[in-house]
Amino acid sequence: MSASRTLFDKIWDAHVVDRMGDGTCVLYIDRHLVHEVTSPQAFEGLRLAGRKVRRVDATIAVVDHNIPTEDRRSGINEPESKLQIETLEKNVADFGVPYFPVLDDRQGIVHVIGPEQGISLPGMTIVCGDSHTSTHGAMGALAFGIGTSEVEHVLATQTLLQKPALNMLVRVDGAVGPGVTAKDIILAVIGEIGTAGGNGHVIEYAGEAIRALDMAGRMTVCNMSIEAGARAGLIAPDDVTFEYIKGRPYAPKGDDFAKAVAYWRTLPSDDGAKYDKTVVLDAASIMPQVSWGTSPEAVLPISGVVPDPASEPDEAKRAQMQRMLDYMGLTAGQKLAGTKVDVVFIGSCTNSRIEDLRAAAAVAAGKHVAAGVRALVVPGSGLIKKQAESEGLDKVFLDAGFEWREAGCSMCLGMNPDKLTPGQRCASTSNRNFEGRQGPGGRTHLLSPAMAAAAAVTGVLTDVRELA
Amino acid sequence: MDKFTVLTGAAAPLNMANVDTDKIIPARFLKTIKRTGLGKDLFSNLRYNDDGSEKPDFVLNQPKYRKAEILVAGENFGCGSSREHAPWALLDFGIRCVIAPSFADIFHGNCFKNGILPVVLPAEACEQLMADAALGTNARLTVDLARQVVVRPDGQEIHFEVDAFRKHCLLNGLDDIGLTLEHVAAIDTYEKNEPAWMPVIAGV
Ligand code: SF4
Repeated sequence: MSASRTLFDKIWDAHVVDRMGDGTCVLYIDRHLVHEVTSPQAFEGLRLAGRKVRRVDATIAVVDHNIPTEDRRSGINEPESKLQIETLEKNVADFGVPYFPVLDDRQGIVHVIGPEQGISLPGMTIVCGDSHTSTHGAMGALAFGIGTSEVEHVLATQTLLQKPALNMLVRVDGAVGPGVTAKDIILAVIGEIGTAGGNGHVIEYAGEAIRALDMAGRMTVCNMSIEAGARAGLIAPDDVTFEYIKGRPYAPKGDDFAKAVAYWRTLPSDDGAKYDKTVVLDAASIMPQVSWGTSPEAVLPISGVVPDPASEPDEAKRAQMQRMLDYMGLTAGQKLAGTKVDVVFIGSCTNSRIEDLRAAAAVAAGKHVAAGVRALVVPGSGLIKKQAESEGLDKVFLDAGFEWREAGCSMCLGMNPDKLTPGQRCASTSNRNFEGRQGPGGRTHLLSPAMAAAAAVTGVLTDVRELA
Repeated sequence: MDKFTVLTGAAAPLNMANVDTDKIIPARFLKTIKRTGLGKDLFSNLRYNDDGSEKPDFVLNQPKYRKAEILVAGENFGCGSSREHAPWALLDFGIRCVIAPSFADIFHGNCFKNGILPVVLPAEACEQLMADAALGTNARLTVDLARQVVVRPDGQEIHFEVDAFRKHCLLNGLDDIGLTLEHVAAIDTYEKNEPAWMPVIAGV
């Protein structure tokens, strides 16, 4: 073991159960989050092999992807969604896995509820059959998405067979300007390093601008690590982290909390720790961002213009750019600001926390959703919804003409009733702008909650800083 | 899991970079509770028109590629979500090997768990294979995992690298869970040594 280790190295070393000859490790998993979409075949596999869940007390299940975000009390209409949800309910009952039921306030998007409940803690290894598990890295944990075979593997053994990733440091120096948020930081990072820039690496985010973020902002940043191709993203735990965790339902209490904090304080990367790759951004140069294409790296400041494929020397890239513009219905040279939108979606595991809703409400307050625009606000969990209602945010949104929904993934992906129709243009606080992601033919522009609210009230992509 | 030893078959050229998992299998098909049956929905948005009819231009709709067992693709194949439905859909269609200059990590790992071999080759080699694949059924490729070579229609061999452990599992069709359970004593010991402050999820 080298003297100077990164945060990732320390968490990794602490979880190696056994090593095989070729460097593959049996890695212990502290927390396993389970949802309805990627687990049915895993439980089926356990049944067929006559295996049990090794650690039900390290596992938590919830439904989020399929669930409608309105009329929930009357049950779920769509038969396939219903079957998938009922299958999860049967599986958690059969195997004794803790579960937050559909009508429980604690139900919500899996990556929102883990930190919210104090289930995701610093120094842990956390997995879920979902790529945005990287979100939990904001706690100072090693959190990554796995496939269904690995879900079964963790259920059966509480471990995974893994080889260590490479270390990458993304440092954002200085302070961001007014109106620039965590979402803008991470979109700018992805724009800089590209969607494959983090392949094979775990990204540690550091620097003044990252330190200055609250936990919600840190989760937004880590959430989109996967859009940069990274296996995971993490941020060293500090007092902001510990303050956030204190008193949460499944966090350590009293003396145990003090002991845990003492351990967590040993986790940050040592001085002189080595990174395989380092990228430095200047926070002051980051403007509010908006994506223009069908890959998260196709992103620009809101003041930008749609790029011209003709100026791209590489033929394959040129063709890809042209395909993006055709799909998105945009023309080279067109200003991004002023582009008309049909739908605005505020939600998803990237931006559905109370802080996100407050930021959007601050922009929407006293204004009205533009004519012809449909705008949805979907809180990340039942508890966030309650909190927002106690602060009167629901009223702000409803008065402004937004729809106010129940918690779930909603329009982040076309798996539940909230979908775009072909050709619709959406300003979305979610994380993926792939073709058809929000519904077949739907066109997604990724941006921050404040920018989304600005688009809702003006009906066009707008620089929120210019909104009076 | 089925073994992967030597595969000879038609290769379909999919000359696109960043083919994401939403392209491979859109979210609306993830509602299944089975692993099988997704082949018909593979690349659904690229493969079918809105009315369900086939788009004749799409590579897998062309007669010579309908039975393709190998896919040659652009860089960063399989980026996006962790959905194992992506390799399941490929497998159910009949594809056992994807060749590309690079893959997204989770997809790459998921392939091995399902008996699919992802082969990483330099861009120039992929371009050659893309050209071979464009020749259609006359141009069959052979992928030999034990020898770690792709054999072109003219007999030229291109060497590829593969993780030794994953190669071993794939060649023998080994189940990871079974292998891991050989380490159960170490897992027991690890759990006994967990710090006392470490909370459990109980009383939900
Ligand atoms: S909100 Fe979107 S990205 Fe997040 S878990 Fe749900 S579907 Fe996935």
